[in-house]
Amino acid sequence: MVAGSAPLAFPHRHLLGIEGLSPDEITLLLDRSESYVEQNRQIDKKQSLLRGRTIINLFFENSTRTRTSFELAGKRLGGDVINMSVQASSIKKGETLIDTAMTLTAMHPDVLVVRHPESGAVQLLSEKVDCAVINAGDGSHEHPTQALLDALTIRRRKEKLQGLLVAICGDILHSRVARSNIALLNTMGARVRVVAPRTLLPAEIERLGVEVFHDMAAGLKDVDIVMMLRLQTERMHGSFVPSIREYFHFFGLDYAKLGAAKPDALIMHPGPMNRGVEIDTAVADDIDRSAIRQQVEMGVAVRMACLEVLTRNLSNIAPAK
Amino acid sequence: MSARTLYRNARLLDPASALDRRGDLLVEDGRIAALGEVANISGAAIVDCAGACLAPGLVDMRVELREPGAEHQESMETGAAAAVAGGVTTMVMLPNTEPVIDEMALVEFVARRSRDVGLARIRTYAAATKALKGRELTEFGLLAAAGALAFTDATAAIADPLVMRRALSYARTFDLLVMQHPEEPRLASGGVMNEGEVATRLGLAGITPAAEIIMVERDLRLCEITGGRLHIAHVSTEAAIDAIRQAKARGLPVTCDTAPHYFALNETAVGDYRTFAKVSPPLRAEWDRRAVIAGLKDGTIDAIASDHSPHDQESKRLPFASAASGIIGVETLLPLVLELYHNGHLTLLEALRALTQRPADILRLPAGRLAIGAAADLVIFDLDKPWRVDVDALRSKSKNSPYDGRPVQGRVLRTVIAGRDAFIREG
Repeated sequence: MVAGSAPLAFPHRHLLGIEGLSPDEITLLLDRSESYVEQNRQIDKKQSLLRGRTIINLFFENSTRTRTSFELAGKRLGGDVINMSVQASSIKKGETLIDTAMTLTAMHPDVLVVRHPESGAVQLLSEKVDCAVINAGDGSHEHPTQALLDALTIRRRKEKLQGLLVAICGDILHSRVARSNIALLNTMGARVRVVAPRTLLPAEIERLGVEVFHDMAAGLKDVDIVMMLRLQTERMHGSFVPSIREYFHFFGLDYAKLGAAKPDALIMHPGPMNRGVEIDTAVADDIDRSAIRQQVEMGVAVRMACLEVLTRNLSNIAPAK
Repeated sequence: MSARTLYRNARLLDPASALDRRGDLLVEDGRIAALGEVANISGAAIVDCAGACLAPGLVDMRVELREPGAEHQESMETGAAAAVAGGVTTMVMLPNTEPVIDEMALVEFVARRSRDVGLARIRTYAAATKALKGRELTEFGLLAAAGALAFTDATAAIADPLVMRRALSYARTFDLLVMQHPEEPRLASGGVMNEGEVATRLGLAGITPAAEIIMVERDLRLCEITGGRLHIAHVSTEAAIDAIRQAKARGLPVTCDTAPHYFALNETAVGDYRTFAKVSPPLRAEWDRRAVIAGLKDGTIDAIASDHSPHDQESKRLPFASAASGIIGVETLLPLVLELYHNGHLTLLEALRALTQRPADILRLPAGRLAIGAAADLVIFDLDKPWRVDVDALRSKSKNSPYDGRPVQGRVLRTVIAGRDAFIREG
């Protein structure tokens, strides 16, 4: 080990979720990310760490932000990045997912970055390939790089994670961002609340180590961090909540509701935002309170760190044919 | 100078405080200022009750009014006039008007019309699903803030179990009440009266009591997993009442009511295809009728609502299967409930509790009690007065009642709302 560099103690082949990572492993990823934040602000943003490595972004679900973020991360580390979009609706699930994995494995990629609409699909795929796999979001299960970039954003603004009070608000039921963040924040010693109407909360969510609230005023009281979640359009009109108007009235973040939080509470959102649904435009754009743009910046750095630590674990010797 | 009225020489009856004694009641500025022995107050108007009963005004937790949309069958004005003649001071209407009450503006419209009419207080439920279609939830939070007392699809059950689950779950977010019409619509499909020998003899398609039991048991399960407050409207079967009794014993947040026809009549009232006896749920067998009375006696059934459902002649003067369902009832509510007292099934306070304190508590209304400081919504009635129901003399605009000519006992003499006389019986 080179003196002064971070310890290479990331014992996992894949990054499938936050669940199961130790505080040290999370800290390692965040510390590595810090160095890339600075690099990304330079004129020359490129390194050659991943020179010769192939990264395939395999997206079974539409994404612009996350895919672009991973693509930039790979390219800035000097890797070759290929984007593959597969319409999940056009494939037969299960068998074809594995067929896709076998096909890609034959092309010898080093890292697969995978997003899939079904929970557990990325893990299934990871069991069938030889390379490292990063979960870029599977169904309502996990989105580990989002939780890491959120943690990095918080750590830079609040200088710690331990002891912070964090409220995650909105569609917890369908949110992989919420699950990854709950796992990460609990692991790092923060206290987590969830705030949502009951129709948007999964059963026994309190067993995940969160306090449950159904009222924004109570749920945001004295919190350090307010994380808003996106409410999908198809869930706004009478199925899970009656209307946008009612949702915004009771659960949308505006200055009145924010008043319950600490005066320096940070506002976060994984994007893309529905302005006027879960968050008021003025709050979202408040440069003193909102960390939403910074989250996007941290995203590239965190993904670079993840690519770095996983590729370090890969063998540098080509497999015997 | 404050307006004072002293009601003297009354039999004061308050189920909430188990009060049953002779005495006086003083009303000052529309509120109850004193009760018991009250000395003469100078300047107070005196009403001598001459020993008549004085109770909290009745809270009728379910009526259908036809305004907006079908005012030729019943307007808020005619409905409220009938209500006060029946001793009802607060009534809660179903949202199955035209248009359906599923928007804040319509809830506010009801409040405004109630003030304009100035008789019985009219409150409303809001639709649980948009246009009562059973698919998309309405804005529970905003509608409740506008004044809706609970959420129901009126005479239609919320049939889809996932929608009902979400309704209860979402309602619990705001601690609101969901009221269900207890009938599994697919199982009841095509039926027009209770399934059994009477239906078979008449050649009418039956509705099995299981249609009620299945829906009630389903909803009790959903109540259990969501913790949402559930009110089951007009229970009519022994098995459903048993299920609710057990659910209450397990501590579920469930309440229920019934309507007078489920203890005053049974399926034989359909007799010779009398469409005035067509109701939903249908009139049941004699053992179910007895089970309803037993449920009232042991408190399983919390409340009695009139199920006032006005229909014009054109809706009822039809072959049985084609006729509309429903009975007008707001004016016959008290004497039919008093039958349970006169027949020895309930004590007087038990009978009145189901019409005052319990429905007010379920709906969290500040009504249904004789208490110092409470609004002076009162009914004064002669407990024993025998009379015959004369449908033509009822105030409701529609006349669809199966009780024409029925001898009853107990008559409203005066109805007071916020200290003002809303009704005084002449002669």
